[in-house]
Amino acid sequence: MTNPSNDSFTLAGKEYHSRLLVGTGKYKDLDETDAAISASGAEIVTFAVRRTNIGQDKDQPNLLDVISPDKYTLLPNTAGCFDAKTAIRTCRLARELLDGHNLVKLEVLGDEKTLFPDVAATLEAAQVLVKDGFDIMVYTNDDPIMAKRLEELGCISVMPLAAPIGSGLGIRNRLNIRTIVENANVPILVDAGVGTASDAAIAMELGCDGVLMNTAIAAAKDPVLMASAMRKGIEAGREAYLAGRMMPKRFASASSPMDGLFF
Amino acid sequence: MQIYLNGEQRQIPDNTSMAALIELLELSGKRIAVEVNEELVPRSTYSDYSLKPQDNVEIVHAIGGG
Repeated sequence: MTNPSNDSFTLAGKEYHSRLLVGTGKYKDLDETDAAISASGAEIVTFAVRRTNIGQDKDQPNLLDVISPDKYTLLPNTAGCFDAKTAIRTCRLARELLDGHNLVKLEVLGDEKTLFPDVAATLEAAQVLVKDGFDIMVYTNDDPIMAKRLEELGCISVMPLAAPIGSGLGIRNRLNIRTIVENANVPILVDAGVGTASDAAIAMELGCDGVLMNTAIAAAKDPVLMASAMRKGIEAGREAYLAGRMMPKRFASASSPMDGLFF
Repeated sequence: MQIYLNGEQRQIPDNTSMAALIELLELSGKRIAVEVNEELVPRSTYSDYSLKPQDNVEIVHAIGGG
């Protein structure tokens, strides 16, 4: 039997055993954020970069006190950037914030309603950031051609969406995700759009290396319990993928032998 | 002199260094990053960095996001 406890994937030279990556947005407070991340078992945690509130709540706890860089691999994102330039500036600020840490999640959005990526601007930003020494995990749409282009450009991981960010619609185009996985030589993570644990399991059954999610956990009635469910969904899906599912058949195939019947 | 700090006008003494501004804002030792006129200002240069009138200063930190 394959031993799933040896199962891991590598990003920027570091090995990870958890295939669930989580965001830190939309939680009630930092205690809930902390509890949900712990329950998820995630080793990689995303956050956003925003203006400091000048002169307000000086003693307010900082997110980085909860998600300490000693405990987690931190993945700053460029959420909210609608052009290449602001995404590049955000990455440089994030690297400074984390004392030279080069890992970033690049997303350049095209439209506020859908939050679909602007792939042309994403390519433009990725080109500059690769030259600038960043290790880029890139959010993109579920287009196998664009995924390949981003890989060829030097992104260390490609992260196609399952569905629009925060929609919880699940994996809208399984065949494309499958094709992206089959074509790839870098880790493929589904980023955005999963709603519940079965969605995460499906992403893993399709062969993805992991799933990044935020709203599906944070917007659940009980985020900590959902974080635990997602952890199990990811593990179940991964094990099912490694196990290799049976071929579906149109008609029945008896599970009990037909030999030895006594009537 | 006047600068723009996180999008708002602010009066600060002439020739204020970045280190002095951060001290003034009681942000010393906080996990922040700074840019002026859309260019990153590395932490190691704060003491030597002199702000100029109308500089556009952004001070950012980490917040929850996905």
